[in-house]
Amino acid sequence: MLSSDQVLHVARLARLELTPEEVERFGGELSKVLDHIELIGQLDLEDVQPTSHVIDVENALRADVPRPSLPVEKALASAPDAADGGFRVPSPGAS
Amino acid sequence: MIELTAKQAADAIRSGELDAAEYFEFYRQRAAKDPYNSYVWVADETPAEIDTSKPFAGVPIAIKDLFCTEGIPSQAGSKILEDYRPPYSATSVKKLTTEAGSTLLGKTNQDEFAMGSSTENSAYGPTLNPWDTTRVPGGSSGGSAAVVAGATAPWSIGTDTGGSIRQPAALTGIVGLKPTYGAISRYGMIAFASSLDQAGTFTRDVTDTAMLLSAMVGADPCDQTSLGLPEPVRLPTADSLKGIRLGVPEELSGEGIEEGVLKAFNETLELAKQLGATVETTHLPHAPHGLAAYYLIAPAECSSNLARYDGVRFGFRKQADTLLDMYNQTREAGFGAEVKRRIMLGTYALSSGYYDAYYGRAQKVRTLIAQDFKNAFGDFDFIVTPTAPGVAFELNSKTSDPLAMYLNDFCTVPMSLAGIPAISIPNGLSEGLPVGFQIAGPAFSENRILDAALALEKAIGFDGSKAYA
Repeated sequence: MLSSDQVLHVARLARLELTPEEVERFGGELSKVLDHIELIGQLDLEDVQPTSHVIDVENALRADVPRPSLPVEKALASAPDAADGGFRVPSPGAS
Repeated sequence: MIELTAKQAADAIRSGELDAAEYFEFYRQRAAKDPYNSYVWVADETPAEIDTSKPFAGVPIAIKDLFCTEGIPSQAGSKILEDYRPPYSATSVKKLTTEAGSTLLGKTNQDEFAMGSSTENSAYGPTLNPWDTTRVPGGSSGGSAAVVAGATAPWSIGTDTGGSIRQPAALTGIVGLKPTYGAISRYGMIAFASSLDQAGTFTRDVTDTAMLLSAMVGADPCDQTSLGLPEPVRLPTADSLKGIRLGVPEELSGEGIEEGVLKAFNETLELAKQLGATVETTHLPHAPHGLAAYYLIAPAECSSNLARYDGVRFGFRKQADTLLDMYNQTREAGFGAEVKRRIMLGTYALSSGYYDAYYGRAQKVRTLIAQDFKNAFGDFDFIVTPTAPGVAFELNSKTSDPLAMYLNDFCTVPMSLAGIPAISIPNGLSEGLPVGFQIAGPAFSENRILDAALALEKAIGFDGSKAYA
Protein backbone atom coordinates (compact mmCIF):
# COMPACT_ATOMS: atom_id res chain seq x y z
CA MET A 1 0.00 0.00 0.00
CA LEU A 2 1.40 3.40 -1.01
CA SER A 3 1.54 5.82 1.90
CA SER A 4 0.16 9.33 1.48
CA ASP A 5 3.73 10.64 1.74
CA GLN A 6 4.72 8.47 -1.25
CA VAL A 7 1.66 9.63 -3.20
CA LEU A 8 2.48 13.25 -2.43
CA HIS A 9 6.11 12.76 -3.45
CA VAL A 10 5.09 11.31 -6.84
CA ALA A 11 2.48 14.06 -7.30
CA ARG A 12 5.19 16.65 -6.71
CA LEU A 13 7.40 15.01 -9.35
CA ALA A 14 4.42 14.93 -11.75
CA ARG A 15 3.46 18.57 -11.06
CA LEU A 16 -0.04 17.71 -9.85
CA GLU A 17 -1.61 19.54 -6.92
CA LEU A 18 -3.83 16.68 -5.74
CA THR A 19 -6.74 17.22 -3.35
CA PRO A 20 -6.65 15.31 -0.02
CA GLU A 21 -9.41 12.99 -1.34
CA GLU A 22 -7.34 12.24 -4.44
CA VAL A 23 -4.26 11.47 -2.34
CA GLU A 24 -6.24 8.87 -0.42
CA ARG A 25 -8.00 7.43 -3.48
CA PHE A 26 -4.86 7.19 -5.64
CA GLY A 27 -3.00 5.50 -2.78
CA GLY A 28 -5.52 2.65 -2.79
CA GLU A 29 -6.05 2.44 -6.55
CA LEU A 30 -2.39 2.56 -7.48
CA SER A 31 -1.53 -0.05 -4.86
CA LYS A 32 -4.08 -2.42 -6.38
CA VAL A 33 -2.68 -1.91 -9.89
CA LEU A 34 0.90 -2.26 -8.63
CA ASP A 35 0.00 -5.56 -6.94
CA HIS A 36 -1.04 -6.90 -10.34
CA ILE A 37 1.99 -5.43 -12.06
CA GLU A 38 4.32 -7.03 -9.55
CA LEU A 39 3.42 -10.42 -11.01
CA ILE A 40 6.23 -9.83 -13.50
CA GLY A 41 8.58 -9.99 -10.53
CA GLN A 42 8.11 -13.77 -10.67
CA LEU A 43 9.74 -14.05 -14.11
CA ASP A 44 13.43 -14.85 -14.47
CA LEU A 45 14.67 -11.95 -16.60
CA GLU A 46 18.37 -12.26 -15.83
CA ASP A 47 19.66 -12.74 -19.40
CA VAL A 48 16.86 -10.95 -21.29
CA GLN A 49 17.65 -7.80 -23.25
CA PRO A 50 15.15 -4.94 -22.82
CA THR A 51 13.12 -3.79 -25.86
CA SER A 52 12.40 -0.11 -26.31
CA HIS A 53 11.58 -0.23 -30.02
CA VAL A 54 10.03 -3.32 -31.58
CA ILE A 55 10.47 -2.78 -35.30
CA ASP A 56 14.10 -2.42 -36.38
CA VAL A 57 14.89 0.96 -37.87
CA GLU A 58 18.50 1.86 -38.53
CA ASN A 59 19.79 5.34 -39.17
CA ALA A 60 16.52 7.01 -40.05
CA LEU A 61 18.05 10.20 -41.37
CA ARG A 62 16.66 12.98 -43.47
CA ALA A 63 18.47 15.50 -45.64
CA ASP A 64 19.79 18.39 -43.54
CA VAL A 65 18.05 21.09 -45.54
CA PRO A 66 16.76 24.30 -43.96
CA ARG A 67 13.00 24.77 -44.20
CA PRO A 68 10.68 27.46 -42.89
CA SER A 69 9.62 27.09 -39.29
CA LEU A 70 6.21 27.91 -37.83
CA PRO A 71 5.61 31.68 -38.06
CA VAL A 72 5.66 33.36 -34.63
CA GLU A 73 2.04 34.56 -34.86
CA LYS A 74 0.87 31.01 -35.64
CA ALA A 75 2.91 29.54 -32.79
CA LEU A 76 1.45 32.08 -30.37
CA ALA A 77 -2.13 31.82 -31.62
CA SER A 78 -3.14 29.23 -29.01
CA ALA A 79 -1.14 30.69 -26.12
CA PRO A 80 -3.14 31.36 -22.94
CA ASP A 81 -1.15 34.59 -22.44
CA ALA A 82 1.00 35.87 -25.32
CA ALA A 83 2.97 39.10 -24.98
CA ASP A 84 5.74 40.78 -26.98
CA GLY A 85 6.21 37.79 -29.32
CA GLY A 86 6.54 35.33 -26.44
CA PHE A 87 4.67 33.32 -23.81
CA ARG A 88 4.02 35.28 -20.64
CA VAL A 89 4.06 33.27 -17.38
CA PRO A 90 3.77 34.17 -13.69
CA SER A 91 6.98 34.98 -11.86
CA PRO A 92 8.91 31.91 -10.65
CA GLY A 93 8.55 33.52 -7.21
CA ALA A 94 11.04 34.47 -4.55
CA SER A 95 10.59 31.35 -2.39
CA MET B 1 -27.19 5.90 -49.70
CA ILE B 2 -26.81 4.51 -46.23
CA GLU B 3 -26.28 0.95 -47.37
CA LEU B 4 -23.30 1.81 -49.60
CA THR B 5 -19.86 0.89 -48.28
CA ALA B 6 -17.24 3.62 -48.64
CA LYS B 7 -15.72 1.85 -51.62
CA GLN B 8 -19.08 1.48 -53.33
CA ALA B 9 -19.77 5.17 -52.75
CA ALA B 10 -16.33 6.22 -54.02
CA ASP B 11 -16.79 4.09 -57.15
CA ALA B 12 -20.28 5.50 -57.77
CA ILE B 13 -19.03 9.07 -57.33
CA ARG B 14 -16.21 8.59 -59.79
CA SER B 15 -18.45 6.95 -62.38
CA GLY B 16 -20.92 9.82 -62.02
CA GLU B 17 -23.82 7.74 -60.64
CA LEU B 18 -23.64 9.45 -57.26
CA ASP B 19 -23.22 13.16 -56.58
CA ALA B 20 -20.26 13.85 -54.31
CA ALA B 21 -21.77 16.86 -52.55
CA GLU B 22 -25.10 15.08 -52.05
CA TYR B 23 -23.36 12.08 -50.48
CA PHE B 24 -21.27 14.25 -48.17
CA GLU B 25 -24.31 16.28 -47.14
CA PHE B 26 -26.27 13.10 -46.37
CA TYR B 27 -23.66 12.07 -43.80
CA ARG B 28 -23.12 15.62 -42.55
CA GLN B 29 -26.77 15.82 -41.58
CA ARG B 30 -26.69 12.42 -39.93
CA ALA B 31 -23.52 13.39 -38.04
CA ALA B 32 -25.03 16.69 -36.88
CA LYS B 33 -27.95 14.73 -35.36
CA ASP B 34 -25.82 11.89 -33.98
CA PRO B 35 -27.64 10.52 -30.89
CA TYR B 36 -24.61 8.73 -29.34
CA ASN B 37 -22.33 11.67 -28.49
CA SER B 38 -19.80 10.18 -30.91
CA TYR B 39 -18.76 13.55 -32.29
CA VAL B 40 -17.07 16.48 -30.57
CA TRP B 41 -17.02 18.57 -33.75
CA VAL B 42 -18.96 18.28 -37.04
CA ALA B 43 -18.31 20.22 -40.27
CA ASP B 44 -20.88 23.01 -40.57
CA GLU B 45 -21.14 22.90 -44.33
CA THR B 46 -20.57 20.76 -47.39
CA PRO B 47 -17.75 22.04 -49.61
CA ALA B 48 -19.03 24.04 -52.58
CA GLU B 49 -16.70 22.20 -54.95
CA ILE B 50 -15.40 18.66 -54.70
CA ASP B 51 -12.58 17.56 -57.02
CA THR B 52 -13.90 14.19 -58.19
CA SER B 53 -10.62 13.18 -59.85
CA LYS B 54 -9.24 11.99 -56.52
CA PRO B 55 -9.93 8.45 -55.26
CA PHE B 56 -11.85 9.35 -52.07
CA ALA B 57 -13.60 12.43 -53.48
CA GLY B 58 -16.87 13.16 -51.70
CA VAL B 59 -16.39 10.34 -49.20
CA PRO B 60 -16.53 11.87 -45.71
CA ILE B 61 -13.98 10.86 -43.11
CA ALA B 62 -14.46 11.01 -39.34
CA ILE B 63 -11.25 11.46 -37.38
CA LYS B 64 -10.43 10.74 -33.75
CA ASP B 65 -10.08 13.96 -31.80
CA LEU B 66 -6.38 13.39 -31.02
CA PHE B 67 -5.30 13.80 -34.66
CA CYS B 68 -4.20 17.39 -35.22
CA THR B 69 -6.39 19.12 -37.80
CA GLU B 70 -5.25 22.62 -38.71
CA GLY B 71 -7.60 25.32 -37.40
CA ILE B 72 -10.14 22.73 -36.22
CA PRO B 73 -10.53 21.73 -32.54
CA SER B 74 -8.20 18.85 -31.59
CA GLN B 75 -8.74 18.30 -27.89
CA ALA B 76 -7.84 14.62 -27.38
CA GLY B 77 -10.91 14.32 -25.16
CA SER B 78 -9.25 16.55 -22.56
CA LYS B 79 -10.19 19.75 -20.81
CA ILE B 80 -6.52 20.76 -20.86
CA LEU B 81 -6.82 21.10 -24.67
CA GLU B 82 -10.25 22.73 -24.66
CA ASP B 83 -10.84 24.46 -28.02
CA TYR B 84 -7.19 23.90 -29.01
CA ARG B 85 -6.84 24.55 -32.75
CA PRO B 86 -3.48 23.21 -33.99
CA PRO B 87 -1.32 25.21 -36.41
CA TYR B 88 -0.79 22.13 -38.62
CA SER B 89 -2.44 18.82 -39.62
CA ALA B 90 -1.22 15.29 -38.94
CA THR B 91 0.49 13.56 -41.88
CA SER B 92 -2.17 10.82 -41.97
CA VAL B 93 -4.93 13.45 -42.08
CA LYS B 94 -3.21 15.25 -44.96
CA LYS B 95 -2.80 12.00 -46.86
CA LEU B 96 -6.52 11.27 -46.55
CA THR B 97 -7.74 14.77 -47.37
CA THR B 98 -5.23 16.70 -49.49
CA GLU B 99 -3.85 13.65 -51.30
CA ALA B 100 -6.74 11.15 -51.49
CA GLY B 101 -9.46 13.81 -51.75
CA SER B 102 -11.56 12.88 -48.71
CA THR B 103 -13.35 15.67 -46.83
CA LEU B 104 -13.25 15.96 -43.03
CA LEU B 105 -16.73 15.27 -41.65
CA GLY B 106 -16.04 15.46 -37.94
CA LYS B 107 -13.79 14.83 -34.96
CA THR B 108 -14.78 11.88 -32.81
CA ASN B 109 -15.01 11.49 -29.07
CA GLN B 110 -12.44 9.41 -27.20
CA ASP B 111 -11.08 8.58 -23.78
CA GLU B 112 -8.91 11.47 -22.65
CA PHE B 113 -5.50 11.17 -24.35
CA ALA B 114 -6.58 7.65 -25.45
CA MET B 115 -6.41 6.33 -21.89
CA GLY B 116 -9.35 4.04 -21.37
CA SER B 117 -11.35 1.15 -22.77
CA SER B 118 -14.85 2.63 -22.70
CA THR B 119 -14.83 6.28 -23.91
CA GLU B 120 -16.19 7.24 -20.50
CA ASN B 121 -12.99 9.14 -19.66
CA SER B 122 -13.78 12.03 -21.99
CA ALA B 123 -14.10 15.60 -20.74
CA TYR B 124 -16.92 15.89 -23.32
CA GLY B 125 -19.15 13.13 -21.90
CA PRO B 126 -19.32 9.41 -22.70
CA THR B 127 -20.11 7.97 -26.14
CA LEU B 128 -22.96 5.44 -26.23
CA ASN B 129 -22.99 2.11 -28.04
CA PRO B 130 -25.38 2.21 -31.05
CA TRP B 131 -26.38 -1.41 -30.34
CA ASP B 132 -27.54 -0.56 -26.80
CA THR B 133 -27.36 2.98 -25.48
CA THR B 134 -27.06 1.83 -21.86
CA ARG B 135 -23.66 0.36 -22.78
CA VAL B 136 -20.22 1.67 -23.70
CA PRO B 137 -18.82 1.41 -27.25
CA GLY B 138 -15.39 0.38 -25.93
CA GLY B 139 -12.40 2.64 -26.19
CA SER B 140 -10.37 4.57 -26.38
CA SER B 141 -11.47 5.26 -29.98
CA GLY B 142 -15.14 4.74 -29.04
CA GLY B 143 -16.38 7.74 -31.03
CA SER B 144 -14.71 6.52 -34.21
CA ALA B 145 -16.27 3.08 -33.69
CA ALA B 146 -19.75 4.45 -32.91
CA VAL B 147 -19.87 6.68 -36.01
CA VAL B 148 -19.30 3.67 -38.28
CA ALA B 149 -21.60 1.31 -36.34
CA GLY B 150 -24.31 4.00 -36.14
CA ALA B 151 -23.75 5.02 -39.79
CA THR B 152 -23.09 8.67 -39.05
CA ALA B 153 -19.90 8.26 -41.13
CA PRO B 154 -19.04 5.69 -43.79
CA TRP B 155 -15.62 5.09 -42.22
CA SER B 156 -13.24 6.64 -39.70
CA ILE B 157 -9.74 6.54 -38.27
CA GLY B 158 -8.49 6.09 -34.73
CA THR B 159 -5.43 5.05 -32.79
CA ASP B 160 -4.52 1.83 -31.02
CA THR B 161 -1.97 1.76 -28.20
CA GLY B 162 -3.08 -1.43 -26.43
CA GLY B 163 -6.36 -2.26 -28.15
CA SER B 164 -8.02 1.12 -28.67
CA ILE B 165 -9.11 0.30 -32.23
CA ARG B 166 -9.69 -3.45 -32.04
CA GLN B 167 -11.70 -3.56 -28.79
CA PRO B 168 -14.23 -0.81 -29.73
CA ALA B 169 -14.54 -2.33 -33.23
CA ALA B 170 -15.41 -5.66 -31.58
CA LEU B 171 -17.90 -4.08 -29.16
CA THR B 172 -19.73 -2.23 -31.95
CA GLY B 173 -19.76 -4.92 -34.66
CA ILE B 174 -17.41 -3.35 -37.21
CA VAL B 175 -13.92 -3.96 -38.64
CA GLY B 176 -10.93 -2.38 -36.89
CA LEU B 177 -7.29 -2.67 -37.96
CA LYS B 178 -4.15 -1.83 -36.02
CA PRO B 179 -1.33 -1.91 -38.58
CA THR B 180 2.32 -2.78 -37.94
CA TYR B 181 4.04 -0.20 -35.74
CA GLY B 182 5.56 2.31 -38.17
CA ALA B 183 3.23 1.59 -41.11
CA ILE B 184 1.54 4.97 -40.68
CA SER B 185 3.20 8.20 -39.59
CA ARG B 186 2.52 9.34 -36.02
CA TYR B 187 3.34 12.97 -36.87
CA GLY B 188 0.49 15.14 -35.62
CA MET B 189 -1.05 12.42 -33.47
CA ILE B 190 -1.26 13.77 -29.91
CA ALA B 191 1.08 11.34 -28.16
CA PHE B 192 0.13 8.90 -25.40
CA ALA B 193 2.76 6.10 -25.42
CA SER B 194 5.06 6.69 -28.37
CA SER B 195 6.56 3.21 -28.62
CA LEU B 196 3.06 1.70 -28.90
CA ASP B 197 0.75 4.33 -30.50
CA GLN B 198 -0.34 3.48 -34.03
CA ALA B 199 -3.04 4.94 -36.28
CA GLY B 200 -5.54 2.61 -37.90
CA THR B 201 -8.97 2.21 -39.45
CA PHE B 202 -12.65 1.60 -38.65
CA THR B 203 -14.86 0.38 -41.49
CA ARG B 204 -17.99 -1.62 -42.14
CA ASP B 205 -16.14 -4.29 -44.08
CA VAL B 206 -12.68 -5.65 -44.81
CA THR B 207 -12.53 -4.25 -48.35
CA ASP B 208 -13.04 -0.72 -47.03
CA THR B 209 -10.27 -1.36 -44.49
CA ALA B 210 -7.83 -2.16 -47.29
CA MET B 211 -8.87 0.91 -49.24
CA LEU B 212 -8.59 3.29 -46.28
CA LEU B 213 -5.28 1.78 -45.14
CA SER B 214 -3.80 2.08 -48.63
CA ALA B 215 -4.12 5.87 -48.46
CA MET B 216 -2.60 6.21 -44.98
CA VAL B 217 0.60 4.13 -45.07
CA GLY B 218 4.00 5.54 -45.88
CA ALA B 219 7.30 6.63 -44.39
CA ASP B 220 7.33 10.24 -43.24
CA PRO B 221 10.42 12.40 -42.68
CA CYS B 222 8.55 13.97 -39.74
CA ASP B 223 8.34 10.60 -37.93
CA GLN B 224 11.67 8.81 -37.72
CA THR B 225 9.95 5.58 -36.62
CA SER B 226 7.71 5.44 -39.68
CA LEU B 227 8.51 2.92 -42.40
CA GLY B 228 5.39 2.46 -44.50
CA LEU B 229 4.77 -1.04 -45.82
CA PRO B 230 7.14 -2.97 -48.14
CA GLU B 231 4.43 -3.43 -50.79
CA PRO B 232 1.28 -1.47 -51.67
CA VAL B 233 -1.93 -2.44 -49.85
CA ARG B 234 -4.02 -4.61 -52.20
CA LEU B 235 -7.79 -4.98 -52.20
CA PRO B 236 -8.31 -8.48 -50.77
CA THR B 237 -9.79 -11.19 -53.00
CA ALA B 238 -9.54 -14.47 -51.08
CA ASP B 239 -12.56 -16.69 -50.61
CA SER B 240 -10.79 -19.63 -49.04
CA LEU B 241 -8.21 -20.26 -46.34
CA LYS B 242 -6.64 -23.21 -48.15
CA GLY B 243 -3.22 -23.99 -46.70
CA ILE B 244 -3.51 -21.33 -43.97
CA ARG B 245 -2.31 -22.43 -40.53
CA LEU B 246 -4.13 -20.75 -37.64
CA GLY B 247 -2.66 -20.89 -34.14
CA VAL B 248 -4.95 -20.51 -31.15
CA PRO B 249 -2.94 -19.43 -28.10
CA GLU B 250 -4.27 -21.23 -25.06
CA GLU B 251 -3.32 -18.27 -22.84
CA LEU B 252 -5.68 -15.86 -24.68
CA SER B 253 -8.61 -18.08 -25.53
CA GLY B 254 -9.77 -19.69 -22.31
CA GLU B 255 -9.73 -18.37 -18.77
CA GLY B 256 -11.26 -14.92 -18.35
CA ILE B 257 -13.21 -14.97 -21.62
CA GLU B 258 -17.03 -14.82 -21.38
CA GLU B 259 -18.81 -18.00 -22.43
CA GLY B 260 -20.78 -16.41 -25.29
CA VAL B 261 -17.63 -14.83 -26.70
CA LEU B 262 -15.82 -18.18 -26.60
CA LYS B 263 -18.73 -19.94 -28.24
CA ALA B 264 -18.72 -17.49 -31.16
CA PHE B 265 -14.93 -17.80 -31.39
CA ASN B 266 -15.03 -21.61 -31.55
CA GLU B 267 -17.80 -21.55 -34.17
CA THR B 268 -15.66 -19.35 -36.38
CA LEU B 269 -12.70 -21.72 -35.95
CA GLU B 270 -14.99 -24.42 -37.39
CA LEU B 271 -15.84 -22.12 -40.32
CA ALA B 272 -12.12 -21.54 -40.86
CA LYS B 273 -11.57 -25.30 -41.10
CA GLN B 274 -14.39 -25.56 -43.64
CA LEU B 275 -12.61 -22.85 -45.65
CA GLY B 276 -9.48 -25.01 -45.74
CA ALA B 277 -7.45 -23.74 -42.79
CA THR B 278 -5.76 -25.92 -40.22
CA VAL B 279 -6.45 -24.88 -36.63
CA GLU B 280 -4.15 -25.89 -33.78
CA THR B 281 -3.64 -24.89 -30.19
CA THR B 282 -0.39 -23.07 -29.51
CA HIS B 283 1.27 -21.14 -26.73
CA LEU B 284 2.37 -17.58 -26.08
CA PRO B 285 3.77 -18.36 -22.64
CA HIS B 286 4.49 -14.75 -21.68
CA ALA B 287 1.29 -13.21 -23.06
CA PRO B 288 -0.47 -13.29 -19.66
CA HIS B 289 2.24 -10.92 -18.42
CA GLY B 290 1.49 -8.52 -21.28
CA LEU B 291 -1.00 -6.53 -19.28
CA ALA B 292 1.43 -5.90 -16.42
CA ALA B 293 4.23 -4.89 -18.81
CA TYR B 294 1.84 -2.68 -20.77
CA TYR B 295 0.54 -0.92 -17.66
CA LEU B 296 4.12 0.02 -16.80
CA ILE B 297 5.42 0.96 -20.25
CA ALA B 298 2.36 2.95 -21.39
CA PRO B 299 1.98 5.03 -18.19
CA ALA B 300 5.74 5.64 -18.06
CA GLU B 301 5.74 6.99 -21.61
CA CYS B 302 2.52 8.93 -20.94
CA SER B 303 3.97 10.62 -17.87
CA SER B 304 6.80 11.87 -20.06
CA ASN B 305 4.67 12.80 -23.09
CA LEU B 306 2.08 14.66 -21.01
CA ALA B 307 4.72 16.78 -19.27
CA ARG B 308 4.21 19.26 -22.13
CA TYR B 309 0.78 20.32 -20.79
CA ASP B 310 1.89 23.05 -18.42
CA GLY B 311 -0.38 25.97 -19.30
CA VAL B 312 2.40 27.91 -21.05
CA ARG B 313 2.14 27.49 -24.82
CA PHE B 314 -1.35 26.23 -25.64
CA GLY B 315 -4.54 24.91 -24.11
CA PHE B 316 -5.99 25.52 -20.69
CA ARG B 317 -4.25 27.56 -17.96
CA LYS B 318 -5.24 28.00 -14.34
CA GLN B 319 -3.88 31.40 -13.36
CA ALA B 320 -1.77 31.43 -10.18
CA ASP B 321 0.70 33.73 -8.40
CA THR B 322 3.86 31.75 -9.06
CA LEU B 323 5.03 29.66 -12.00
CA LEU B 324 5.14 26.40 -10.02
CA ASP B 325 1.63 26.93 -8.65
CA MET B 326 0.45 27.67 -12.18
CA TYR B 327 1.91 24.34 -13.44
CA ASN B 328 0.54 22.32 -10.53
CA GLN B 329 -2.94 23.84 -10.58
CA THR B 330 -3.28 23.84 -14.37
CA ARG B 331 -2.48 20.13 -14.54
CA GLU B 332 -4.66 19.32 -11.52
CA ALA B 333 -7.68 21.12 -13.02
CA GLY B 334 -7.02 20.22 -16.67
CA PHE B 335 -6.53 16.44 -16.48
CA GLY B 336 -9.26 13.90 -15.68
CA ALA B 337 -9.00 11.14 -13.08
CA GLU B 338 -7.70 8.33 -15.31
CA VAL B 339 -5.03 10.50 -16.89
CA LYS B 340 -3.82 11.60 -13.45
CA ARG B 341 -3.83 7.98 -12.31
CA ARG B 342 -1.61 6.97 -15.23
CA ILE B 343 0.70 9.94 -14.90
CA MET B 344 1.12 9.02 -11.23
CA LEU B 345 1.72 5.35 -12.04
CA GLY B 346 4.23 6.21 -14.75
CA THR B 347 6.04 8.80 -12.67
CA TYR B 348 6.29 6.30 -9.82
CA ALA B 349 7.61 3.56 -12.15
CA LEU B 350 10.28 5.89 -13.52
CA SER B 351 11.23 7.48 -10.21
CA SER B 352 14.64 7.06 -8.65
CA GLY B 353 15.08 3.61 -7.12
CA TYR B 354 12.17 1.99 -8.96
CA TYR B 355 13.24 2.25 -12.62
CA ASP B 356 14.99 -1.14 -12.83
CA ALA B 357 12.30 -2.97 -10.87
CA TYR B 358 9.43 -1.63 -12.95
CA TYR B 359 10.19 -0.01 -16.32
CA GLY B 360 13.38 -2.00 -16.93
CA ARG B 361 11.67 -5.30 -16.14
CA ALA B 362 8.64 -4.41 -18.26
CA GLN B 363 10.90 -3.79 -21.28
CA LYS B 364 12.42 -7.23 -20.79
CA VAL B 365 8.98 -8.82 -20.65
CA ARG B 366 8.29 -7.01 -23.91
CA THR B 367 11.26 -8.81 -25.46
CA LEU B 368 9.89 -12.18 -24.31
CA ILE B 369 6.42 -11.46 -25.70
CA ALA B 370 7.82 -10.42 -29.08
CA GLN B 371 9.91 -13.61 -29.07
CA ASP B 372 6.80 -15.71 -28.28
CA PHE B 373 5.11 -14.34 -31.38
CA LYS B 374 8.23 -14.91 -33.50
CA ASN B 375 8.29 -18.53 -32.38
CA ALA B 376 4.57 -18.96 -33.06
CA PHE B 377 4.87 -17.50 -36.55
CA GLY B 378 7.44 -20.22 -37.31
CA ASP B 379 4.57 -22.70 -37.13
CA PHE B 380 1.54 -20.59 -38.03
CA ASP B 381 0.50 -17.96 -40.57
CA PHE B 382 -1.73 -16.18 -38.06
CA ILE B 383 -2.54 -16.14 -34.39
CA VAL B 384 -6.28 -15.86 -33.72
CA THR B 385 -8.09 -14.95 -30.50
CA PRO B 386 -11.33 -13.36 -29.33
CA THR B 387 -10.75 -9.58 -29.55
CA ALA B 388 -12.18 -8.64 -26.16
CA PRO B 389 -12.97 -10.91 -23.22
CA GLY B 390 -16.60 -9.79 -23.07
CA VAL B 391 -19.40 -7.92 -24.84
CA ALA B 392 -20.03 -4.20 -24.38
CA PHE B 393 -20.53 -3.48 -20.67
CA GLU B 394 -22.91 -1.07 -19.00
CA LEU B 395 -21.97 2.56 -18.52
CA ASN B 396 -20.32 3.25 -15.14
CA SER B 397 -19.95 -0.46 -14.37
CA LYS B 398 -16.14 -0.43 -14.39
CA THR B 399 -15.17 3.19 -13.85
CA SER B 400 -14.45 2.73 -10.13
CA ASP B 401 -12.23 -0.32 -10.64
CA PRO B 402 -9.21 0.52 -12.84
CA LEU B 403 -7.90 -3.05 -12.88
CA ALA B 404 -11.25 -4.47 -14.10
CA MET B 405 -11.18 -1.85 -16.88
CA TYR B 406 -7.58 -2.73 -17.81
CA LEU B 407 -8.52 -6.42 -18.17
CA ASN B 408 -10.47 -5.47 -21.33
CA ASP B 409 -7.13 -5.20 -23.11
CA PHE B 410 -6.01 -8.71 -22.16
CA CYS B 411 -6.20 -10.15 -25.71
CA THR B 412 -5.04 -7.04 -27.60
CA VAL B 413 -2.08 -5.76 -25.55
CA PRO B 414 0.39 -8.56 -26.47
CA MET B 415 0.24 -7.65 -30.20
CA SER B 416 0.80 -3.98 -29.37
CA LEU B 417 3.88 -4.82 -27.31
CA ALA B 418 5.20 -6.91 -30.22
CA GLY B 419 4.41 -4.15 -32.75
CA ILE B 420 2.60 -6.57 -35.05
CA PRO B 421 -0.57 -5.95 -37.11
CA ALA B 422 -3.94 -7.30 -35.97
CA ILE B 423 -7.50 -6.92 -37.20
CA SER B 424 -10.83 -7.40 -35.44
CA ILE B 425 -13.75 -8.51 -37.58
CA PRO B 426 -17.38 -8.84 -36.45
CA ASN B 427 -18.02 -12.37 -35.24
CA GLY B 428 -21.74 -12.53 -34.60
CA LEU B 429 -23.61 -11.71 -31.43
CA SER B 430 -23.62 -12.88 -27.84
CA GLU B 431 -26.56 -11.81 -25.67
CA GLY B 432 -27.63 -9.66 -28.65
CA LEU B 433 -24.36 -7.71 -28.61
CA PRO B 434 -21.47 -7.86 -31.11
CA VAL B 435 -18.26 -9.78 -30.45
CA GLY B 436 -14.99 -9.64 -32.37
CA PHE B 437 -12.58 -12.18 -33.87
CA GLN B 438 -8.93 -11.08 -33.88
CA ILE B 439 -6.37 -12.12 -36.51
CA ALA B 440 -2.73 -11.19 -35.86
CA GLY B 441 0.17 -11.75 -38.26
CA PRO B 442 3.90 -11.03 -38.43
CA ALA B 443 5.08 -7.45 -38.95
CA PHE B 444 4.17 -6.13 -42.42
CA SER B 445 1.73 -8.99 -43.20
CA GLU B 446 -1.24 -6.62 -43.68
CA ASN B 447 -2.09 -7.87 -47.18
CA ARG B 448 -2.21 -11.48 -46.02
CA ILE B 449 -4.26 -10.57 -42.93
CA LEU B 450 -6.77 -8.70 -45.09
CA ASP B 451 -7.16 -11.71 -47.39
CA ALA B 452 -7.78 -14.08 -44.48
CA ALA B 453 -10.16 -11.56 -42.88
CA LEU B 454 -12.14 -11.24 -46.13
CA ALA B 455 -12.55 -15.00 -46.48
CA LEU B 456 -13.80 -15.26 -42.89
CA GLU B 457 -16.00 -12.19 -43.21
CA LYS B 458 -17.87 -13.78 -46.13
CA ALA B 459 -18.28 -17.04 -44.23
CA ILE B 460 -19.49 -15.35 -41.02
CA GLY B 461 -21.99 -13.18 -42.92
CA PHE B 462 -22.49 -10.64 -40.10
CA ASP B 463 -25.18 -8.00 -40.65
CA GLY B 464 -24.26 -4.75 -38.90
CA SER B 465 -27.17 -2.78 -40.34
CA LYS B 466 -29.32 -3.63 -37.30
CA ALA B 467 -27.44 -0.95 -35.38
CA TYR B 468 -28.54 1.88 -37.70
CA ALA B 469 -31.50 0.63 -39.76
